[in-house]
Amino acid sequence: MAHNNLNLKLKVWRQKNANTTGAFVKYDVNDISDEMSFLEMLDVLNEKLIVTGEEPIAFDHDCREGICGMCSLYIDGKPHGPWQANTTCQLHMRAFKDGDTITIEPWRSNAFPIVKDLTVDRGAFDRIIQAGGYVSVNTGNAVDGNSLPINKDNADASFAAAMCIGCGACVAACKNSSAMLFLSAKVSHLALLPQGEPERKSRVLNMVAQMDKEGFGSCTNTGACEAACPKEISIANIARLNKEYLRAGITAE
Amino acid sequence: MSSNNMFTSSVGKKLVMAFTGIFLVLFLVVHAGLNACIWAMDGGVMFNRAGHFMGSNVVPRILEVGLFFFIFLHIIQGYMLTLQNRSKRAVGYAVNYTKGSKWYSRSMAILGTILLMFFVIHWKHFWIPSRITGVEEIKLPNGVEVHNLYAVMQETFQNIWVVVFYVVSCISLAYHLAHGFQSAFKTIGVHNKRYHAMISCIGYGFAIIIPLAFAMMPISFYLHWVK
Repeated sequence: MAHNNLNLKLKVWRQKNANTTGAFVKYDVNDISDEMSFLEMLDVLNEKLIVTGEEPIAFDHDCREGICGMCSLYIDGKPHGPWQANTTCQLHMRAFKDGDTITIEPWRSNAFPIVKDLTVDRGAFDRIIQAGGYVSVNTGNAVDGNSLPINKDNADASFAAAMCIGCGACVAACKNSSAMLFLSAKVSHLALLPQGEPERKSRVLNMVAQMDKEGFGSCTNTGACEAACPKEISIANIARLNKEYLRAGITAE
Repeated sequence: MSSNNMFTSSVGKKLVMAFTGIFLVLFLVVHAGLNACIWAMDGGVMFNRAGHFMGSNVVPRILEVGLFFFIFLHIIQGYMLTLQNRSKRAVGYAVNYTKGSKWYSRSMAILGTILLMFFVIHWKHFWIPSRITGVEEIKLPNGVEVHNLYAVMQETFQNIWVVVFYVVSCISLAYHLAHGFQSAFKTIGVHNKRYHAMISCIGYGFAIIIPLAFAMMPISFYLHWVK
């Protein structure tokens, strides 16, 4: 395969902290290998900025393997950039052409306040999980994994929902800043399994209440979340969440 | 959280939109069915008879109260949700994400506003004269005196701009339904793949057939297909 080097122009959102207003700053990055990842390209730029005495661009990242959910970035009008079912850290520079201008923005939502530059505080997701995204288990010896029979279809659907890495791309993609795809993945993951049964009703009611408290918008089923999700979480989970909510709401004491 | 705020949470408000939306879908079926009587080609006898029944019988009159209640609930809740949802992103994007969703899914409030404007004009054309300001009477073959709503339709749809406005409104209705029909069923919890495929299919069919039937009514009068 041919190896190409790219010269690119970047438009990056720079913002000192949550209390200041930010603005786009233009940068030229040259001789970028198309085998680099997007974050490596930003590393190259940051090293250059450090050498010239400028403040490097703050962005979130951790595993750089596409599994931790830490990276974000709204690239050229799509969360995690132009590729489908892909995280920013797994986006490679061959996705771009020589001479391209790339616009990089942080996740935009009141519920995800900007910490600095492209870094946002996604603590709201943690608090939603704390409100009900757990199961209760008795302490003691680990039970045998096969002692609880689980329908294969449910196990598969639960596993597909559990793929959610909580990156927040669904919120970033949604015109309403709704967290419903995230929430529905977390609720479905546990509602489909017998282990999730004891807290089934309180879980969905409490997690929805916490989501509303955090200031996310409501879902209008546009499907943007599903299209942007790096883990291809199905929007069918949102319908399942609605069913769980209706069931819990009607039958609550 | 108790069941008290079941309909006021973000999911609950959507449930209200879905239930009222499904009620309005049912209303459209009744309305289109009754109006189809104009195509009986009997000079409006059957249509006027149907209109008389709807205006004089107690069952449709009670349903009408529900219709007004649900339609205004749907409109007011829709606007409130749109404003709330828009306020959740104080700083917008420089480049909007439009590829992941259909334009009409994102434009329900605009499509709904066109429909609201349509309702006001439509009520002024037919509902207000029939209920309040009065319509010329005509004697049916069985001797019963009824409002000649057929003549009102004939007269109203001689104006090309009225016909154009009605057709544009029907197109708005089609796109509003193309998203709304299947979305309402997702909101009330239909996640089963088989049923969802079925509902999507019925929804698109409904979104084409019903607005097309409505659009054909002013066109039929304007082009004198019905006399």
